[in-house]
Amino acid sequence: MKRYTLVLVSILGTLISKAQDCTISISGRVIDFHDGVPLKDATITFNDQTIVTDKEGNYIISDLCPVAYAFTISHPNCNSQVITLDVAEVTKKDFYLEHHLDELQEVKVSGKKRTKTSSAQEETISKDVIEKYSSAALGDALKEITGVSSLNTGSTIVKPIIQGLSGSRVLIMNNGVRMQDMEWGDEHAPNVDINTAGNLTVVKGAAALRYGGDAIGGVIVMEPNKVPAKDTLTGRTIITGASNGRGTTVSSEIIKGYKSGWFLKAQGTLKRFGDVEAPDYVLSNTGIFERGGSLSFGNNKFTNGWDVYYSYYQNEIGVLAASHIGNADDLIESINSGQPSVINDFTYTIDNPKQDVTHHLGRLRYFKRFEKLGKWTTQYDFQHNQRFEFDIRQTEELRKIPSLDLELTTHTLTSDFVLDSKFDYNLDFGLLVRYQDNFADPSTRARRLIPDYDKYDAGLFVTGKYNLNDNITVDAGVRYDYNQIDAKKFYIKTRWEERGYDQEFNDLIIADEGTQWLTNPKFEYHSISATTGFNYVFGESYELRGNYALAQRAPNPAELFSDGLHHSASRIELGDLRIEQETSHKVSFSFQKSDENWGWEIAPYANFINDYIVLEPTDVELSIRGAFPVWEYRQTNARLLGIDAKLNKKWFPNWKTNHSFSLVKGRDIETEIPLINIPAANVSNALIFHKENWNDLVISLESEYTFRQNEFPDNIMVFSPQEQEDVLLEINTPPGDYHLLHLNADMTVPFIKQNKLNIGVTINNITNNTYRNYLNRQRFFADEVGRNFLLRLTFNY
Amino acid sequence: MNTRKFLSMLAIAGLFASSCSDDDDNPVVVNEEEVITTMNVTLTAGTDVVTLTSVDLDGPDGPNAPVVEVSGSLAANTTYTGAIELLNESEMPAEEINEEIEEEADEHQFFFEVAGTLNATAAATDTEADYPPLTGTNPVGLAFELVTTDASTGSLTITLRHMPTKPNDGTLADAGGDTDIAQSFDLTIE
Repeated sequence: MKRYTLVLVSILGTLISKAQDCTISISGRVIDFHDGVPLKDATITFNDQTIVTDKEGNYIISDLCPVAYAFTISHPNCNSQVITLDVAEVTKKDFYLEHHLDELQEVKVSGKKRTKTSSAQEETISKDVIEKYSSAALGDALKEITGVSSLNTGSTIVKPIIQGLSGSRVLIMNNGVRMQDMEWGDEHAPNVDINTAGNLTVVKGAAALRYGGDAIGGVIVMEPNKVPAKDTLTGRTIITGASNGRGTTVSSEIIKGYKSGWFLKAQGTLKRFGDVEAPDYVLSNTGIFERGGSLSFGNNKFTNGWDVYYSYYQNEIGVLAASHIGNADDLIESINSGQPSVINDFTYTIDNPKQDVTHHLGRLRYFKRFEKLGKWTTQYDFQHNQRFEFDIRQTEELRKIPSLDLELTTHTLTSDFVLDSKFDYNLDFGLLVRYQDNFADPSTRARRLIPDYDKYDAGLFVTGKYNLNDNITVDAGVRYDYNQIDAKKFYIKTRWEERGYDQEFNDLIIADEGTQWLTNPKFEYHSISATTGFNYVFGESYELRGNYALAQRAPNPAELFSDGLHHSASRIELGDLRIEQETSHKVSFSFQKSDENWGWEIAPYANFINDYIVLEPTDVELSIRGAFPVWEYRQTNARLLGIDAKLNKKWFPNWKTNHSFSLVKGRDIETEIPLINIPAANVSNALIFHKENWNDLVISLESEYTFRQNEFPDNIMVFSPQEQEDVLLEINTPPGDYHLLHLNADMTVPFIKQNKLNIGVTINNITNNTYRNYLNRQRFFADEVGRNFLLRLTFNY
Repeated sequence: MNTRKFLSMLAIAGLFASSCSDDDDNPVVVNEEEVITTMNVTLTAGTDVVTLTSVDLDGPDGPNAPVVEVSGSLAANTTYTGAIELLNESEMPAEEINEEIEEEADEHQFFFEVAGTLNATAAATDTEADYPPLTGTNPVGLAFELVTTDASTGSLTITLRHMPTKPNDGTLADAGGDTDIAQSFDLTIE
């Protein structure tokens, strides 16, 4: 009520004000309150004038008098709002509109950006960028963000790397639920359909404590499109066809909203690709068959609301046939030959080796808003992850059963309370309890890579932020996590001794199974994480952020329990029961100027990780099947130093360029040896032509240059039975640098009545370059994917 | 839906969560199948019998290297008849693997490589047709022949490939497939 009184008074004030020295201008942006995405074509009306925001949501209003004005801010999908500003005192103002009216049926005006944290480095990509990646993986789209790269297994299994860190160090929040999908495996991609995301935010580091305390790498937040609280029925269908892989993706979404707050949303995706092709040959057995669907409904009012969400995801992924090798000699042979050992004709058939993963996610959420206090949210989520990996095994019969069959079930209950009624500060405190059960099915007739275990987690956090003044915000938070893991694990007796466990852990043995011991390791971890930082906004759209984050991560099951031959990788992976938590201290800064005409950001960081858990090739073990490289987990102290930078410049009305650069250097500071799998420096430059009058035509030409990684750990010597001598296994040597060109063009045309059709054409790797990528686990066996033509039709109705 | 309804749903969900805690039964042990732990190679020339053995009881999963033994020297300028026996000795009693290889002889092949300094040649003497009902003419290698010439030392590497390209030119590179065994033996010809 107070707000409306104020508006009324201000309008009166404007009316009675007299013309004075009217040369003042005010500028800023209109931004979606929920996701921080700039709103284009928003209108700002005052007196009899109307200003429209540009594509980046910017506006400038000039020739204003030094009095208070009442501005009406509107956007097609939003409820209009009236904001009063005294122009004599304010020259810079960002307006926040509730774009997708959801739980907050109000407009908030604040000088601050709506982001996940106030002080950490972060970046959001919006719906129209995500749509371009409709047929790709989550990890591909995230590479649009400076400092994000990926660890690939072929072209379809894409694990995001944030500032040099991946796997369990990167949390993925899918629609408010922390994904529990066996992220411990290098060849396990996130089990999410990118088409469920309305926007994607990456927080680079552990500063977003509410999501978890162990995000040493960072947090990826996927949020769905919000449903407006009005009577509406909308939908979207994206059809993408690609020449390379000869595949199609169809993704469709339909949303029904009611003014009363009720909503219903359904979404589905179908993706089918055959073998993709490198410039010189078919990459045999690299097809993919992905199916996904989600359904949500609920009732969101301003004071309270609830919703139910369920999603299903299944993906059958072929793994390059040539990547199946027998032993170290085969690996050497493959590295030397430079050609995949298996090249067949193109097919859609997915044969062994392959992965077949299914993920069910269910969520119930309830929130209640307390007047003059804040908002309480409670959520229960259920996840069921089933992973099958099929290998090339000795007999036809064995090939039909998976050699890895893991079933991970997770129940999580979270509750948090945000005290946000005060203008100058807010506090968020919450708790989490989680139970997880991993079942490794013995019907695989292969020794379990990861044992059966029960895991119990509990967490407590409090975070707060304080607006010192209009320009400076400080934030801080602390979190405690408890993890307990209770496993039943078999060890080959000789391995138990070789690891030295017989000296320390014999009390864990609970049964003697002939050649193996059954053990019951039960470990507890207490982790503390904390963060503090500031945000300083000044001048013409300048922002300086600084953050320190302390994070501790308990070891994952692979780091503790891996033991034995990993058939799909033909390497022996050895975890260690002695592994303790790793502790990261990260300091990061970001200095930026956001402006469509001339903007830039420089974001340096330093991450010191004590007891960093690293998996490296260390040795070879001989067996009757030949020599196998041994990859061991060990702990050391590490240091990652890096910088992400970007720049955008509008040269002419329709022409602009975007530039970005990222560099990270990782080092083991105990041995002064470079860390393994650190992304090489890369530069991206794009030339963009945009003409709104021509059906919103956008054409962009992008050049992507990746340097060779010159810092890598030493290779290992292997005894080759064939050569009868020790030979160098160049398992760590990175391939050379490469340069790729991509072209993208799209335009929006009217399509039946009020509807719109966006037509997009993309050519990736235009010059059909042959190259290999250091961060692709299959770089030993085959080249990367060659040229690819994509045609994309997006219907909005 | 009102708050009370929601809370009752939550309670049900909670019950579901707690009812999922598993029992304390121990998991079932898995012993790898189709593991070849032992290769016994018998080289016979009249009464002269030389055996080459490789025993890797903990398999490729275990840390221990195979125990490799050669019973004695080979005679110069002699033709030895070779026979290969494969066992899985991680099971009791030991499992004979030869039968499986014979049944799938069209999907298996042994390769014999002699390192340059050893004056000998080795080649398979059997074909798929020796293991009925198979009828192929490709070599298998469960039976082979080793012909020595002058006194020398060097190594013989025996490799068993599963699903090799057949026919092939006798080299591992051309054959491809998966390696089931790759074992070399240091030999002396006197």
